[in-house]
Amino acid sequence: MINIKLIKQVGPFAENKDIARDIRIKKLIPALEGGKKIVLDFENVEGATQSFIHALISDLIRKYGNEVLDEIQFKSCNETVQGIISIVVNYMQESD
Amino acid sequence: MKIHIPHSAWLNSIDTFLQEFDPSKPDKLKITFNKKWMSIHPMVLSMIAAIGLKIDSSKIECEKLEATSKHYLERMKLFDFLGVDSGIKIKEHEAAGRFVPLTQIKDSKSLTKFITDVTPLLHLEPIHAEPIRYIMSELIRNVLEHSLSEHGAIVCAQYYEKSNTVRIGIADTGIGVWKSIRESHNPTNDLEAIRMALIPGLTGTTKRAGGTERNAGAGLFFIKSIASINRDFFVMYSGTAMYKLLKRGKKIKLHAEPFDDRHSKRNDLPKLDGTVVGIDLSLDTTQEFTLLLKLLNETLREAIKERKKARYRKPQFI
Repeated sequence: MINIKLIKQVGPFAENKDIARDIRIKKLIPALEGGKKIVLDFENVEGATQSFIHALISDLIRKYGNEVLDEIQFKSCNETVQGIISIVVNYMQESD
Repeated sequence: MKIHIPHSAWLNSIDTFLQEFDPSKPDKLKITFNKKWMSIHPMVLSMIAAIGLKIDSSKIECEKLEATSKHYLERMKLFDFLGVDSGIKIKEHEAAGRFVPLTQIKDSKSLTKFITDVTPLLHLEPIHAEPIRYIMSELIRNVLEHSLSEHGAIVCAQYYEKSNTVRIGIADTGIGVWKSIRESHNPTNDLEAIRMALIPGLTGTTKRAGGTERNAGAGLFFIKSIASINRDFFVMYSGTAMYKLLKRGKKIKLHAEPFDDRHSKRNDLPKLDGTVVGIDLSLDTTQEFTLLLKLLNETLREAIKERKKARYRKPQFI
């Protein structure tokens, strides 16, 4: 299992899609390819944009299917961040 | 080009200002002012600054300012953007709690810094700061990713104590909404392109419903929804078209189709090469962001269901 603390890279308001993409490509995909589970730790992240969360996880759901969500846990998310993640996860699973 | 800054130009009456904009002779700019008073939305300032950045300052002519409110334009740094000496001397007031002067953002890094700085500048409570930084971040990022403007995004904002409202304006002189959407779709005109840009799941970066790994095509829909829920104005002007979200009635209902919202629209305005967005956020009616997210979730689900239904085909028995 790998634990990724996001605050250092994304700051208190997670909005930079380039950083999201980097995390996805450099950390999330290699971990999943290596069969590891992932903990995305949002401690101290106060807010996030839908664009950021989309850039972080949508491609994983598209590539690996909905089952990839069994391999990823979202830790220490406040209500806002939970809401944004839920929106992205829902629309990615419902659209074809 | 000619621009006249009138007595007042707010989002509810922005049409009058826009229809007087003269985009002919694009290598020159003449700006005239109301002689007595000018009370204008940040959208107007952002638009003028963005246009001014494209033109050599020696070709920008500003009429002598007489109105008592002329200091406002200086303080918002309009003349710095135009490269014109206004002749106005002001004591620089502390910006905190009042306004974000015109700022040019050309890359992702400066956007992140701007968003970090903006909340303390406007001195907002978290409940109000959340939608404002969200809106600014998503709108500016849209410009950086889709407008192809060499000058990036021009943004400014102002807090109005009397109405307890933050008003935001963001402009670019890039390819405009029509060309951006046309990369993957076939909008018939500027208004249709704005409509498409506001529909969730539709993006200029792909024909595929639901977007790409980078773009979901939901950013503008989110922003329009924040304005709708809070009963605020939202205006988008690009090419010859303008879409204006009007204040909704008592019933809270989000629409994936922007023409189903209470709105006004036109497609006969002077042609603007680029895009300008204006939004008002009343701090009295700001809803909890989490409530907004719940409603957005439901609306997006419905939109996806509708989209699937529209693509569903029955077998043809002959």
